[in-house]
Amino acid sequence: MSAVTTGRTMADAFATAHAEDRAVLLGFLPAGFPDVETSVRAMTAMVEAGVDAIEVGLPYTDPVLDGPVIQAAAQQALDGGCRTAEVLQIVQEVAATGAPTLVMTYWNPVLAHGVERFADGLVAGGGAGLITPDLTPDHGADWIAAADERGLDKVFLVAPSSTDARVATTAQACRGFVYAAAVMGVTGARTTTSSLAGPLVARTRAATDTPVGVGLGVSNGDQAAEVASYADAVIVGSAFVRCLLDAPDTESGLAALRDTAADLAEGVRRRA
Amino acid sequence: MTTDETTSTTTTTATTAGTAAGLGVAHGAWDADENGWFGDFGGRWIPEALVAALEELTVAWTEAMADEAFRSELDQVGREYAGLPSPLYEARALSEKAGVRVLLKREDLLHTGAHKIRNVLGQALLTKRMGKKRVIAETGAGQHGVASATAAAFFGLDCTVYMGAVDTRRQALNVARMRLLGAEVVPVESGSATLKDAINEAMRDWVASVDETAYLFGTAAGPHPFPSLVQSFTRGIGDEARAQCLERYGRLPHAVAACVGGGSNAIGLFTAFLDDPDVAVWGYEAGGDGVDTDRHAATIVGGGAGVLHGSRTMILADSDGQTVESHSISAGLDYPGVGPQHAHLAATGRAHYEAVTDTEAMDALALLARSEGIIPAIESAHAIAGALKLGPRLAAEHGPDALLLVNLSGRGDKDMVTATRWFGLDPEAATTDPVGDPDTDPRG
Ligand SMILES: Cc1ncc(COP(=O)(O)O)c(C=O)c1O
Repeated sequence: MSAVTTGRTMADAFATAHAEDRAVLLGFLPAGFPDVETSVRAMTAMVEAGVDAIEVGLPYTDPVLDGPVIQAAAQQALDGGCRTAEVLQIVQEVAATGAPTLVMTYWNPVLAHGVERFADGLVAGGGAGLITPDLTPDHGADWIAAADERGLDKVFLVAPSSTDARVATTAQACRGFVYAAAVMGVTGARTTTSSLAGPLVARTRAATDTPVGVGLGVSNGDQAAEVASYADAVIVGSAFVRCLLDAPDTESGLAALRDTAADLAEGVRRRA
Repeated sequence: MTTDETTSTTTTTATTAGTAAGLGVAHGAWDADENGWFGDFGGRWIPEALVAALEELTVAWTEAMADEAFRSELDQVGREYAGLPSPLYEARALSEKAGVRVLLKREDLLHTGAHKIRNVLGQALLTKRMGKKRVIAETGAGQHGVASATAAAFFGLDCTVYMGAVDTRRQALNVARMRLLGAEVVPVESGSATLKDAINEAMRDWVASVDETAYLFGTAAGPHPFPSLVQSFTRGIGDEARAQCLERYGRLPHAVAACVGGGSNAIGLFTAFLDDPDVAVWGYEAGGDGVDTDRHAATIVGGGAGVLHGSRTMILADSDGQTVESHSISAGLDYPGVGPQHAHLAATGRAHYEAVTDTEAMDALALLARSEGIIPAIESAHAIAGALKLGPRLAAEHGPDALLLVNLSGRGDKDMVTATRWFGLDPEAATTDPVGDPDTDPRG
């Protein structure tokens, strides 16, 4: 019998947010970006500035769902030698902040590591579970079984192009939350939020009681407030990555990261 | 389970299905199941956002293949525009070297110079039928890009081709050809800036543009239905060759052979023979500097199972599952993945795969040029090199009258810069540039 996770999971984050009548703010950064140590400092700073839960991106050579900003960050992490072992180590350090800590990963690195072994690594480090952008439940039987045995979150994506039937089966396979990818396109900050998001969230809610998070494109407090008005979680990635990519040095990057996190945290409390 | 049993018990049904449903999507013993699985390989490992588009494509393709009007239009375009069927040529000088009778399927004589035209004409006609106005494609050396740009010009579609920035620099001539044909060529700077990154970028485009855009995938790999769809458009290679061989020699070949990059020309040749248990099937992968070095592209011979570009197949990756860059003198074979059907054919033992090094391929290229007056593509030269290894084994087993059918998938015009450097044909280049230097070598 496998160990059951003792780390915080997304259910904890949603319980807190629910009690405060607000949405959850979920923040993404690639592990090892700009380097292993700074990435831990950055994620910790995000939590301190009001991010409720962290998505640790496992840097991968072929990230088909990522736009230029996250691609560049992941490449930098890979060039710096950040591999699966480092990612699991980072998860442990970030989870120690008390924030639920998920890994967002393309599937081949998990397959190569071994699905069971990866799940055990998450449990050992207090990780919450996985977000899997290129694994649909159709091919996820191994992971679903491993996650169920250990009480880990398993977050699959639904898209505007998903049929109602697929939204339903995908939502039912999720634990923690359902990730609604709000625009048809790759990751990246956008100036306006997507008109496709609201209807997708509504279709997902019709299929499940599991919370729904909206991602792809949110970059500021106003957008966060707008998304928080209809979603349970607001997911932000590229905007955080930008803070570090654009900064002249680490300290100003971390300061920008804190400002952005605080702005977004205020947004999810406003629910415009 | 032995493969031979499966093969022989299903021969009759598969053949019958092949003729009756010759008009539909094939469902022989070696074809994918309805979810795109070839045994343990294949499937659809892709973002949910693309599932609907791949479903739509699967349905449209299945309907098109069952539609006599679609098939006869494709046939007509193939004959009148592309030069189908390609000839079968018994290469006498090559036969002497190989020790058996070598039959070359002359795909090099087709429009744009390779088998790739079969695939793009099929996919572009399907695009029109689906009412889409724009196509995108990835390309390595530019062969699939040129073929896609050609088909787009022919059918009046907008065309964007993604090409690694390293490759656009090496293949300036093919970039110019694509632009002349009216395509937009986008250099891809991300990752290793080669073919695999061009595929990533094309997928990113497609996720955002899927309503009006079709992705013309360049080989029999990727997520379902691409491996099967591309096979359905290239299988004419083997269907024609089988008929040509039976007509001329009154018997089937003892073996068929092709080079394997992603696998579209090889599966195109193999398909017609998979249910013939007495026909040996051989695929030749790019061995680069040698499969025992870390510079090769032999995914079946020297790789492991994994997921890449939407499919579970044989890939080159490190122990963390990160894709490893492949190396081959032939850009068309320089890819760290392979079509899932080949992975399955290898796992079951129905087909055999071996690696051919850069040097063996270039030797074969020179041999074919001098002995037959045919300059093959470097990709195809891998198949010729394979035939030279296989010939003596066949001769030992079946005698010198054995028939060995080899797919000459393309012609070598595109490879003249590489050949010039490799063989030192330009006196200046020969003295200033070490021949075949892997870092400066402008691949095919
Ligand atoms: C002439 C030729 N043969 C073979 C290939 C390899 O592709 P595949 O394995 O899909 O046939 C290429 C690809 O560019 C090519 O141009």
